[in-house]
Amino acid sequence: MGILAWTWILVGITFALYIGIAIWARAGSSKEFYVAGGGVPPILNGMATAADWMSAASFISLAGIVSFTGYDGSVYLMGWTGGYVLLALLLAPYLRKFGKFTVPDFIGDRYYSNTARIVAVIAALIVSFTYVAGQMRGVGIVFSRYLEVDIDTGVYIGMVIVLFYAVLGGMKGITYTQVAQYCVLIFAFMVPAIFISFQMTGNPIPQLGFGGSGEDGVYLLDKLDGLSQQLGFHEYTSGSKSMIDVFAITTALMVGTAGLPHVIVRFFTVPRVKDARISAGWALLFIAILYTTVPAVAVFARIKLIETVSNAEYAELPDWFGNWEKTGLLKFDDKNADGVVKYVADKATNELTIDRDIMVLANPEIAQLPNWVIALVGAGGLAAALSTAAGLLLVIASSISHDLIKKIVNPKISEKGELLAARLSAAVAVVIAGYFGINPPGFVAAVVALAFGLAAASFFPAILLGIFDKRMNKEGAISGMIVGLTLMFFYMAKYKLHWIGDPAVDTAENWWFGISPEGFGTVAMLVNFVVSLVVSRLTPAPPQDVQEIVEHIRIPSGAGEASSH
Amino acid sequence: MSKKDMKAYWKENLGYLAILLSIWFLVSYVFGILLVEQLNTFKLGGFKLGFWFAQQGSMYVFVILIFVYVRLMNKLDKKYGVDE
Repeated sequence: MGILAWTWILVGITFALYIGIAIWARAGSSKEFYVAGGGVPPILNGMATAADWMSAASFISLAGIVSFTGYDGSVYLMGWTGGYVLLALLLAPYLRKFGKFTVPDFIGDRYYSNTARIVAVIAALIVSFTYVAGQMRGVGIVFSRYLEVDIDTGVYIGMVIVLFYAVLGGMKGITYTQVAQYCVLIFAFMVPAIFISFQMTGNPIPQLGFGGSGEDGVYLLDKLDGLSQQLGFHEYTSGSKSMIDVFAITTALMVGTAGLPHVIVRFFTVPRVKDARISAGWALLFIAILYTTVPAVAVFARIKLIETVSNAEYAELPDWFGNWEKTGLLKFDDKNADGVVKYVADKATNELTIDRDIMVLANPEIAQLPNWVIALVGAGGLAAALSTAAGLLLVIASSISHDLIKKIVNPKISEKGELLAARLSAAVAVVIAGYFGINPPGFVAAVVALAFGLAAASFFPAILLGIFDKRMNKEGAISGMIVGLTLMFFYMAKYKLHWIGDPAVDTAENWWFGISPEGFGTVAMLVNFVVSLVVSRLTPAPPQDVQEIVEHIRIPSGAGEASSH
Repeated sequence: MSKKDMKAYWKENLGYLAILLSIWFLVSYVFGILLVEQLNTFKLGGFKLGFWFAQQGSMYVFVILIFVYVRLMNKLDKKYGVDE
């Protein structure tokens, strides 16, 4: 059976499964819609969190990024996993004890201020929308590559599916579909990795395999270091970024991860404080299974690719080369017209352009794995993109129906009315996200990586201080969030998007402290901390009842169920 | 729970956090970034050690840290009678 047939079968089965789960797990109340009724078992919450967290980018692009940047790619590996330690130790248990539905709920109540709530809602919407547009695009791209429909059609199909289970099921539907999606995506990622590891090193465990050696007895990493240098690239296992930038990017990603609303909200769905702690552990374990495999896949894929194409006769290249050339992911330009593929770092003489996504997408073909394995990767990519999109859409919907409508505009809204509002906002959010997926504004791709910086600069300090600093008051938290967000925006606008300033001057040489826009969230976060602490000490202490809330959330017992009042 | 107990509980909690977060910092920032070149002179099988910490070791330790934290806190909750 061909790849296309297999893909339709696997995608069909998995989609039927997701829809089946959505019908089974319909949300009957606003509490089920926002936090799945607060009754999700921790291990399932861990799986759902992992699927929620691992986006199309993690599944498709990450191995490629690491493959082309070597050691520099470590910032993503450490940054996107290390944040869970912060989340588990510093935020999740206390937010669960606090027991509300959303992150702006915590900010608004802890800082006894609707201004703080609105700032938090705006930050949540910005972060989630920039992120979700990329996911819908990802759904479209996976569809177009595997099912041979165009990208827009792919986005429409994705919209209908997400609309169906997010609007109908809310958090409850999303949680259980995410559990299924985790299983699909991890299976789809691991099967080819295990095959290839065994093929290249004789060791079926990729994490160990890439530290091993091939048939020639040379360690794979030594071989890759050698190949990279021969072709003029930097040594694979050493970096090219400055140490301070690596430090800053890692921190921004870690802290941003801990501050992302769609991740935090998952910890509101478990019954008890201790469940919140352990489900963060499960989540990281499930994430780490993929994330520790990524660098192995990166090494296998890069060696295979270089060995197959470098200095090969173009006419004698295997079929997959032609297939991926058609998609534009591989481009061969025979500059010296000798019919031989020359792949080198030097841009003037290099003849092969490789899209980084190909490292995961084409890897099974390059390694000549069976067709069903190749098709599986498509189903896995879709699972990763859909699960993240759904989680983000829920944050957007609850920000509007709960934080804005219920808490600010119309507090008297009935339970039924709020649930309807939540469903409508989810539907509207899907349509907007789909629009951005079909007409991606140029800056979206640039901004997705910066969503972490924004989360780090706004939410993380406000939440952390809200728990660990009893003296923190609304003046401090609000000014900290506003200064942090503004500073991050300013730096992005100047050095990444070039909306302000002179692009000729705003180059890497003039970065503040040598820190890239991707790492600048770290600086903005530190500034937020300083502003919050200074302002809070110059203004009155928070009221007694708020100080009692802080004492209350520090003790796990009596968490009760998540509630809306 | 008395005020005094609450203070003591919180203090022990902060102590755990300090230790666990120091390890978190050590395996990622120190071993994986700051000292990566020095550690790369050592080898762990086919891995340079600093590179291994940055792309494998730190992540294993992160997972272990959370499970250790869970264990410690569950014990602490029992000790102060605040578990559920």
